[in-house]
Amino acid sequence: MPRTDRGSAVPRRSRRLNAADVEQVFREEYGRAVAVLVRRFGDIDVAEEAVQDAFVEALRRWPDSGIPPSPAGWIITTARNRAVDRLRREASRADRHAQAALLHAAAEPRDEGAVKDERLRLIFTCCHPALAPAAQVALTLRLLGGLTTTEIARAFLVPEVTMAQRIVRAKGKIRDAGIPYRVPAEEDLQARVRAVLAVIYLVFNEGYTASSGESLIREDLATEAIRLGRIVAELMPREPEATGLLALMLLIHARRQARVGADGNLVLLADQDRSLWDRALVAEGQELVRRCLTINRPGPYQLQAAIQAVHSDADRAQETDWWQILQLYNQLMVVAPSPVVELNRAVALAEVEGPDAALGLVDMLNLEGYYLYHSIRADLLRRRGRDAEAALAYERALALTDNRAEREFLGRRLREVRR
Amino acid sequence: MKQYLMSVYHPEDRELSKADMDASGADVDALNVEIRKAGAWVFAGGLHPSSTATTLRVKDGEVLTTDGPFAEGKEHIGGFWVIKVPNLDEALRWGARATQACRVPIEVRPFHDEAED
Repeated sequence: MPRTDRGSAVPRRSRRLNAADVEQVFREEYGRAVAVLVRRFGDIDVAEEAVQDAFVEALRRWPDSGIPPSPAGWIITTARNRAVDRLRREASRADRHAQAALLHAAAEPRDEGAVKDERLRLIFTCCHPALAPAAQVALTLRLLGGLTTTEIARAFLVPEVTMAQRIVRAKGKIRDAGIPYRVPAEEDLQARVRAVLAVIYLVFNEGYTASSGESLIREDLATEAIRLGRIVAELMPREPEATGLLALMLLIHARRQARVGADGNLVLLADQDRSLWDRALVAEGQELVRRCLTINRPGPYQLQAAIQAVHSDADRAQETDWWQILQLYNQLMVVAPSPVVELNRAVALAEVEGPDAALGLVDMLNLEGYYLYHSIRADLLRRRGRDAEAALAYERALALTDNRAEREFLGRRLREVRR
Repeated sequence: MKQYLMSVYHPEDRELSKADMDASGADVDALNVEIRKAGAWVFAGGLHPSSTATTLRVKDGEVLTTDGPFAEGKEHIGGFWVIKVPNLDEALRWGARATQACRVPIEVRPFHDEAED
């Protein structure tokens, strides 16, 4: 898989290191190390503490010794030794918890050779259906992404205390209720994979269209979602939906520069300066779409990615192959029918058959509480010259979104139809 | 192995029809056979309605006895299983079977680990 972001730009040996270099290794390797140690000790807190200790040690040692040939291996070995030392001290004081973790470690097979990637087990644990969706998201970002509680709280505009409680409670439930660290059994796998992909896409969407707040795109969250998407797609190469989700996120993320105008306003796909699209991400996304579609098990993420790939093919909006997009929406309505998909299908239908056909479809949908429904309906009415009705629909849309950029766009359109 | 409590929650205001009760009873019997066969069985039992409950509490150093359930709610525990399985996934698998058999919601909760674990 071609890697266009980060990759292994880690400086090797010789050069003097600084805290930023260790920070980079931390970002890359934290989740991998925690996953290995959770497997070994059967306890998330033991794993997190040991890995954090190991990074503190790295910060102290690497500036003199240089980054070791395998930073991940060094971190994992150091963390494991630290954990064992600490647990032995605590176990000798009759700490049952420490004794249990040591017993667990003794029962696990030794893994002296190449370190196995255990992140898939851990992500299935984090996204277990017995945990609330908000807890799934927080744990995934914390344990696999290495984000601090403060960072996660800030990203989701939740008080830090609330987020800390959410994470502590979720970790407590994993431990006490016995949520297993494992890739689910075959009969549960499809449903569980869907839950994992849903968490990643939720993180991406929160980063992409922040539902409230000043900035239209919170790039750190979108980047983190793509990084998690890469891990899952790499670890589940036979799951085309995982590849489909990665492709979908890359194709959307490729447009981030074009999506916000110089004035901070939202720019619709049709009006975007396509020369601002990130060509490398588009190419990677399109290649992934081709690859997963050849497996011939289409699912919602693959089809949505394919739709974005068709958009990305057009150098100018007028060249968009709307007929092909309409066919893909038809397919999407078969595998994952929903009013929102139907709404998007109506947008494609408007381009192929005209706004009247699309309005007929839109008026049958029950999406009163969804601002995009009113926004799209308003646009169709405007194109038919039904300005008074369009104005009403823009007003409804405005009443339903708090995002500043979206509000400014809707306000502009409203003034146009009122003229 | 971990032990889990599977509580059966009966809405107070909803009575199953005779036919549904019989069908549910047969499903629960069949499920019990399966739980035993899988080696997950610890204990199970059905309870009389909450109107038969007596609640005890200490007030000012005295034990106070009152007629009726502890909490007047819209649903009460009508029965329960205690099962012994390796992890929550296995417990939820039995819980899913139990809610289908009983036709009412099931709550799954872990017991504190026993000393020998």
